[in-house]
Amino acid sequence: MSNVPSNLKYAASHEWVLKNADGSVTIGITDHAQEALGDLVFVELPEVGAHYAAEKEIAVVESVKAAADVYAPIAGTVTEVNQAAADAPESVNADAYAAWLFKMTPDNMADVDALLDAAAYQAVADAS
Amino acid sequence: MLKKTVLNSAHRALNARMVDFGGWDMPVNYGSQIEEHHAVRNDCGMFDVSHMCPVDLVGADCRPFLSRLVANDVAKLTVSGKALYSAMLNEDGGVIDDLIIYFLTDARFRIVVNAGTAEKDLAWMQTKAAEWKMDVTITQRRDGDNALGMIAVQGPNARAKVWQVLPQAKAATESLKPFFAAEVDQYFIASTGYTGEDGYEIMLPAGEAESLWNALKEAGVAPCGLGARDTLRLEAGMNLYGQDMDETVSPLDAGLAWTVAMKDERDFVGRAALAANGQQKQFLGLILLDKGVLRGHQKVITQHGEGEITSGSFSPTLQQSIALARLPLGVAVGDEVQVDIRGKLLKAKVTKPVFARNGKVVQ
Repeated sequence: MSNVPSNLKYAASHEWVLKNADGSVTIGITDHAQEALGDLVFVELPEVGAHYAAEKEIAVVESVKAAADVYAPIAGTVTEVNQAAADAPESVNADAYAAWLFKMTPDNMADVDALLDAAAYQAVADAS
Repeated sequence: MLKKTVLNSAHRALNARMVDFGGWDMPVNYGSQIEEHHAVRNDCGMFDVSHMCPVDLVGADCRPFLSRLVANDVAKLTVSGKALYSAMLNEDGGVIDDLIIYFLTDARFRIVVNAGTAEKDLAWMQTKAAEWKMDVTITQRRDGDNALGMIAVQGPNARAKVWQVLPQAKAATESLKPFFAAEVDQYFIASTGYTGEDGYEIMLPAGEAESLWNALKEAGVAPCGLGARDTLRLEAGMNLYGQDMDETVSPLDAGLAWTVAMKDERDFVGRAALAANGQQKQFLGLILLDKGVLRGHQKVITQHGEGEITSGSFSPTLQQSIALARLPLGVAVGDEVQVDIRGKLLKAKVTKPVFARNGKVVQ
């Protein structure tokens, strides 16, 4: 059973989103996603300053088994990336909610509120 | 409806992550694929390979039949128990399957074929036996009343663990050289494998597979899934049917020339096509020098033209990404080439197609 914290928002494509006090959001992949992928060995992060439309491929995580795209859960601009996660991809397996991948400034904060809540994401994870 | 091996409930009891592997419900890992990989390189792991299909050949014409059926030459099998790896080709010289043939007596051989190709292999064998009017009875041993289960126990400590669990097998298997088999009571124990490590592949009546699995587990053998099996065979430079070769690929272009016996005049299916076409590509290894992961179907750009990766992953032993690739003739070991990964051209080094065996990096 994977861990789905209730304080986060989620995309059906298995990203989690945390609202920060400064108006940015922190984004990573869910525990369910890391578990499905298995041991991660490579993380490719986006460029700081780049703008992405919602549902656009923004990063890549690769396990021994397969490569998986990470999608921008909302439209916005990348403000920071977590190089530590790229340097130690296994940290995402160890704690997918601590090992965030990147931060964005959303075009519209309302887009974040419209994402899935924990219960709705749990249902998506259970069905996949 | 996915097919299940006799060990399916044992995998589920161990909380394996199960996947659809060519129509079979199989464990991909039991937690960490990388830990399972290291267990086999450094200690001992076991794999359920009961989805693979043993095929028994019985009859006076076993030898002449196999001599025409496969690309390697069963004349090399002179000692009872000896095993031979070979490709079975179609008339165009494409690979129908790769398989292992065990010689027991002149009237009795056992073949083990891949899971996903078993039906077409059996049909092909039956057709050829009838066409050539051979006195040979071909019987699959994967399904039905006489089904066999198969467990591969691999790693530097594999032999000791097997003897601990099956002490009655020690005398007959202690002196087995690599690529031999011994029959002990109901067990068929072969010193073959798909990991580049020492160990045994054990066939036994399907109904007894779960108790052997549990006894090995009790003895400290790590259950390993198909994920680790794939990275182990990739490091060992062993081909995977369906990825590194298939019916459209010549064994000469898939690194299998060493298994094709063309020296004498022996007639075998596909020979004429191989002789006519010769070798068009070479099968080599790649180590990625930049960060990323090599995968099957990625394009390789060389000074001699383009090639293609057939299998790629991250190597837990080398801690780098490695691949097997079909490259143009003229490319040499040591060359630097580029691999197109999602539109970026990353640097890779050409190597021999073997990366790690017997617990050590081979490069």
